[in-house]
Parts: sequence; C-alpha cells; structure tokens
Amino acid sequence: MNDVIEAGDRATPPFFFTEANLEAARVIIAKYPEGRQASAVMPLLDLAQRQNGGWLSQAAIQYVADFLEMPTIRVYEVATFYTMYNLEPVGRHHVQVCTNLSCWLRGSDAILRTCREHLGVHPGETSEDGLFTVSEVECLGACVNAPMMQIGDDYYEDLSPDAVRSILDDLKAGRTPTPGSRIGRRSSEPADMPDTDAVTGSGGPDGGP
Amino acid sequence: MLKASDRIFTNIYGFDSTALADARSRGDWDGTRDLIAKGRDWMVEEVKQSGLRGRGGAGFGTGMKWSFMPKQAGSRPHYLVINADEGEPGTCKDREILRHEPQKLIEGCLLAGFAMAAHTCYVYIRGEFRREAEAFQRALDEAYEAGLIGRDACGSGWDFDIHVHLGAGAYICGEETALLESLEGRKGQPRLKPPFPASVGLYGCPTTVNNVETIAVVPAILRRGSHWFASLGRPRNTGTKLFNISGHVNKPCTVEEEMGIPLKELIERHAGGVRGGWDNLLAVIPGGSSVPLIPRSVCDTVLMDFDSLRDAQTGLGTAAVMVMDRSTDIVRAIARLSRFYMHESCGQCTPCREGTGWMWRVLVRMAEGRARLDEIDVLQEVTRQVEGHTICALGDAAAWPIQGLIRHFRPELERRIREREAAAARQAA
Repeated sequence: MNDVIEAGDRATPPFFFTEANLEAARVIIAKYPEGRQASAVMPLLDLAQRQNGGWLSQAAIQYVADFLEMPTIRVYEVATFYTMYNLEPVGRHHVQVCTNLSCWLRGSDAILRTCREHLGVHPGETSEDGLFTVSEVECLGACVNAPMMQIGDDYYEDLSPDAVRSILDDLKAGRTPTPGSRIGRRSSEPADMPDTDAVTGSGGPDGGP
Repeated sequence: MLKASDRIFTNIYGFDSTALADARSRGDWDGTRDLIAKGRDWMVEEVKQSGLRGRGGAGFGTGMKWSFMPKQAGSRPHYLVINADEGEPGTCKDREILRHEPQKLIEGCLLAGFAMAAHTCYVYIRGEFRREAEAFQRALDEAYEAGLIGRDACGSGWDFDIHVHLGAGAYICGEETALLESLEGRKGQPRLKPPFPASVGLYGCPTTVNNVETIAVVPAILRRGSHWFASLGRPRNTGTKLFNISGHVNKPCTVEEEMGIPLKELIERHAGGVRGGWDNLLAVIPGGSSVPLIPRSVCDTVLMDFDSLRDAQTGLGTAAVMVMDRSTDIVRAIARLSRFYMHESCGQCTPCREGTGWMWRVLVRMAEGRARLDEIDVLQEVTRQVEGHTICALGDAAAWPIQGLIRHFRPELERRIREREAAAARQAA
C-alpha cells in the first residue's frame, strides 16, 4: 500500500511530530479506551496538518498511520473523506466562504466575488504570494450571522463586500482582524438589542427586565 | 410569548460571563447531587413525562430513547455520545450552547449519563467549530477542577468523564451511526439498523446519541419538574425551543421561544419581520434545509411545532427558519440545497449517490427553464425513488426540499419552461 501512496508525484519531506505534538498526541489517545487508538486518527491528522503548514503530505499521513498502528489505506480513506483535510498545500490564510442558502439569501455571491477580485484567485486556488487560498464551502453553522466566512479557525460574520476587503487587507498587512460580527453584534442576538435585554435570567446577578 | 422566568438558556447570547461561578449563580449545578440521588428510574420517568422530544431534527421521545438502554451495565460499558456536529443548513443553535451555555450541557451530560449507566461521554463537535470547542473545553476543565465531573462527580458516587472529539467537515456525521463510525476512526458512513446503538453502538457497546440542545435542557426539566416543561407548548409538543431565524428578515437571530409559537409571531416579534413586510414573503423553510418549504399562505397560520408542521407537509426539524422574500429565485434556492446534498452524500447507497447529483443537474436546468414540462414529473418520481431507499435519512433529506418545491411552485417551474420554449420558437420563426 505504501507504494501506491508514495508513487504520487509530489515528493514531500519526511514528517515527525514535534516534542510538543508528541505530548498532545498522547493526551488525545488517552481519551479513548485501550486498544481503540484508531479513534484518535482524526485529531491526529488535524495535529499533523497544523504542524505541516495547513495540509497533509503523504509522509504525514503515513506517519499518523504508523503512529496509530493502522493500515495506511485506512488513514488515507479518512484523510480523503473529510473536507477539512487538505491534500494539497494551501495558502497561509485559508479563506472559506459559505455559499449555502442562508448566506446566499444575504449576498454570499458578492462576498465570494469580492474575495476573488481582491485576491485575484478563483475558488480552489492559492494566490501567487502563497498568502491566500479561497474556497467555497458548505454551511458553517453561523446562519443567523450570514453572510459569513471562516479564515483559519475564526469566523467573520455579518459581512459586506467592504468588510471583506478590510479583513483581507489586514491579513495582507500582517494584522489579525478581530473575528465575529462586522455590524457590532455580540453574537446571535437581534441587531440593536441592548445588552440588558438579553440577560433576563430569573435570579441572575444582572437580571434584566 | 415565552415568559422570562420560563427561559432555560438565560445566557444564550453570551452577554454575561460563561465562567463556572457565574453559570452557577444563574442556577446551573444547583442540587445536582440530590437529583442523582433520586435514581435512574425517576430520571427517565421525569424526562418521559416532560414530553421532551429530540432537538436534533427527528423529534423522537428522549425518555423513550433512554429507556432502550440496558438497565444495568453488563460486561460492556455504556456510552453517552453528544451530537454537536451541527451542520444542517440554517441551523446554528448548538453553537450558542457550546460557547455561551456550556455548563448546562455538561450538567446534562452527567445526569443523562447517570440515567443510562454510562461512565463515559464523548461530545462530537464539528471541526469548523474550533473556537466553540475551545470554549467548551475550558468549561469542561473548570467543571473537572470543581469536582462536578470526574471521579465521584458532584459527590454523587458516580464516576463520569467527558471527552471532546472534533469532526473534520462531513455533514453526514450528524447521522448518529455515521457519527459513531467517525468516532471509531473511520469514514463517516452510516450503519444499517438494526442493531440500534442502544444495543450495539460505540465500540460495539450500548450507546445513546443525543443532540446538544436535548441534553442541555435536561437539568432544567429535572430541577423544575416534568409538569413545568410539559405545561409549555402543546401536548406532544412541549417545552421551549431554540429557533434560528435567517434569510430575508430585518434582524436575523437565535431566540428561545415556547414550542408552538405561530411562525408569523416568531418572525415579527423576534426577527424584526420579513424584509419589506409580511406581504413581501414568498416562502419559508421552517426546520433546516431538509424539510420542505411552505408558501406564504401556510406561513400565515402555521404553528412552530412537530405536529403542526407535519400537518402542513413539512417538519420542525432543527427549528432553523429560513425566510425567503419575493425577490428570491426559489428554483435556484432549492437547487443550491440539492448541490449541498450531492456534496455531502457519503456515497454508500446508490440511490443517494447517483440521485443527488441527478436531481441537482435537473434543477439547475429547470432554474433556467432548460427542461421539458414532463420532466417535472420525472423529477418528482426520482425523488420518490431516492426517498426511503437508502440506509440513512440523507436521501430523504435530499428528496423533500424538491418535493416541496414541486408541490407549491409547480406553476413557476412550468412558467420558466414555457417562456424558454416560446423564446426559442420566436427565434426559430
């Protein structure tokens, strides 16, 4: 099986977990019963991907398989089944624009177009400077804050084309834009709801009306 | 409208601190040990009496589901698994619980775990919810630190561990047996049932999979009593519910309301009304992408609960309300959902693997009128061929939105085809 995977034309450098990730991997494996370490394959692939600059090389997949004493093909199946594993290199910032229904109804076409025009790449492509990969993705589960996109681990919500340009410019300049709503919402409350209305716990310390 | 005193999720927007001490001051973890002391049978009976139905979409009776587990753990350990793989388009309620009300979920896990003789619980959170998983893990660490879970949880004598497991971007893992496959380290492909997870689940052991919201309301039910929960809503449709209102409304939001609230009231009172006014409403998908849409005429009067929406030939699903005004290209909207199901089909069953792509391609043509009139019936027939002929409900979920479109917007489909035919005829002439 190794031959099949190593026969790919992308030569990749060898992969080993760092000391810190070795420890992290041991903590993850300990969550599962004795002999069930295959359960750790998804979190370990994620760990490997993060260490490897955002994508899984064949060496990384092989390493995780050996680490968990799993047949390589089983790990390869997992790596190819789930969309969050990148089997090709991605830019430093992976911009994932949701275009499912709730976002589409509120203008995700314009959000995706703005990303495309501002970065000069089509969905699935990486900018020449290696900074950005743009992807069109399925529902990310922030539908009342549509339209939205995910960059790295963070969600950017209630977007407009202007907001998208400003976020991308920040990233280009090496700044980290604050995640969350771009129209001043705290989370999923109706826009313009004052803080006091939301905390209406019976007996809560800040109990409102 | 739900009274403030009946609200369960009092910090759903995260306006208040989520730290354990503050969660406790809002009532979480109040007398948990005493609840456990009342015993397993009492708990299951209370949950049954409350009428709580699963909040993940299917609406199965929670107490009933729990009672399928063996009464005592035998040689195989029992597992509780929490489905936090929230990915049904339109749905974003569990996200708010994970990041703003985590102690309700953690306490619910302990109570449910004890009720089903499970010492171990896995919370399967969708991989994209990295920040939410971090917030939940922080809450978990605090609960461990305070002795609320772990060895002798809450001083109850019951050992209980909770582990977070992150997914990696596969909608299908929200299906409970696919989730178990994924948790065991495999592709998320659903299992044939029977055997049901209550007899053969995680690692071949008795397992119950419950949705985040379902478990997070359990502490409130047990503390305030099943009669209180059952007094909200309507018979068979009891309690409160988190609604996500998205799309063409003035103020999209998440809100907890009483089950059975009229759809119109829900939208107008909480989401600032339909953009351009109620008369500008075209259709609503009332329960996440998998349920059929309903046109405005139905929206005028329908109640937001399981039975009322079922009677309207749709469903409550995840209670994710997607609102579409008259500017919406309704055929493209449903075609977009079809593309989603094509993307998310796990490929295991032929009707779904082949059917989802076929249905999407036909809908894309129909959106432009590039079809024959009789193809509408063919499309309808194909949805019937997919529905009910697959291992899991993804095939049904792919079929229903299209059936809803044909049921309520057939004239629109026909209009587009006729207009295109007429244009072609003019060109030929």
